[in-house]
Amino acid sequence: MIGIYYPGTSWLHRAPPGLKLVMLLLFTTTIVIFRSLPVLAGAALLIFIAYTLARIPMGLALTQLRPLRWIVLLLMAFQWWLLGWERAIEIVGTLVLAVAAAALITLTTTTTAMLATLERMLTPARFIGVDIEKVALVLTLTIRVVPVIADIVGSVRDARRARGLERNARAFVTPVVIRTVGYSHDLGDALIARGVGD
Amino acid sequence: MIEFRDVCLTLNERPVLSDINAELAGPRVGIIGANGSGKTSLLRLINGLASPTSGSVHVLGLQPDRNGRAVRKKVSFLFSNPDAQIVMPTVAEDIAFSLRRHSLSDPERDLRVNQALHQVGLTEHHDHPAHALSSGQKQLLALASIIVTEPQILLCDEPTTLLDRRNTREVINVLNDLPITVVMSTHDLDLIRDWDRVLVVDGGRIIADTTGIEAIATYLKLVDS
Repeated sequence: MIGIYYPGTSWLHRAPPGLKLVMLLLFTTTIVIFRSLPVLAGAALLIFIAYTLARIPMGLALTQLRPLRWIVLLLMAFQWWLLGWERAIEIVGTLVLAVAAAALITLTTTTTAMLATLERMLTPARFIGVDIEKVALVLTLTIRVVPVIADIVGSVRDARRARGLERNARAFVTPVVIRTVGYSHDLGDALIARGVGD
Repeated sequence: MIEFRDVCLTLNERPVLSDINAELAGPRVGIIGANGSGKTSLLRLINGLASPTSGSVHVLGLQPDRNGRAVRKKVSFLFSNPDAQIVMPTVAEDIAFSLRRHSLSDPERDLRVNQALHQVGLTEHHDHPAHALSSGQKQLLALASIIVTEPQILLCDEPTTLLDRRNTREVINVLNDLPITVVMSTHDLDLIRDWDRVLVVDGGRIIADTTGIEAIATYLKLVDS
């Protein structure tokens, strides 16, 4: 869901990341505080317009929400049973719109620009001994390793199936951990070689 | 340029390199040998990823185990697995990451990123997610991230091991065009056949230091014996 920049030249792509983060904060705060069906309908329209102006394909926009589908279903059912359908729609709608808005920021902002902004925002923490560059690097690597670990999990699952060990948890966990640790080791070497930490 | 003086390296109480004495200079130096013979350790000593247990290594007048930072500004490392070298989510961002400590304006940085992309033939992948590239393209990206910093020496540890023949040729073409010293370990003997300087490493020792053709003959004799 995160880290997939969609190249473009729209006003949203060109807007400073700091401004986009402030807008995101205002947007989510508003829909949480003034939660009601008319407000959510207005917010949904706003998000739709923003995606359209940023020229994000509808399929890609919906992909951002796909990881939420099971949470949305469970939350919807639970809140409906507990508080009724209207409140359920409000709560689930708030969550979906907040994620859609956050995804719009990551789709229109390069990781480099976002990290530079975060580094600037975290600058005061330098006075209490926080290494801002390392914090930014950790955030970057968190985004970067998601597809790598997904590849590791995929190939281990295939290997397990090829050996007829589909139901063996140890045949899954052990190689995933070993390969992930091995990858971390290699990544550490590469970071040192690229001058990180020097 | 690179000098090993009586270098020994022991890892986990196991001798990895013994009595290494060599001076490496010139545009291309190859290193061949069996798995576990010490090729990678030899390269790791050059940019300070490993420190000699005894003896000393000198690179461009500096000792990597004491001046690692200064050495790594001049000496870059290309690993066999490109996935471990790519840090940023998109192609251009990963190359720009290498320039984070160069005091460049945004247009200057973008220019150098684009030049590096052009050099390795990845211009059309500028904003693509790095993880979506093929293995060969990832290795070319790793190479671009190195080229952009304009190192004086490039160490390559089996850079084509995970690549098919076509991607191997592309990576080697880029390496061949670099006007810097390249020290490369490899199992692909064809790559170093025409090189003037190739070391054969066996059991942690340099057993031959000769031309590509003679080094290959020595190595094959070793493998067959």
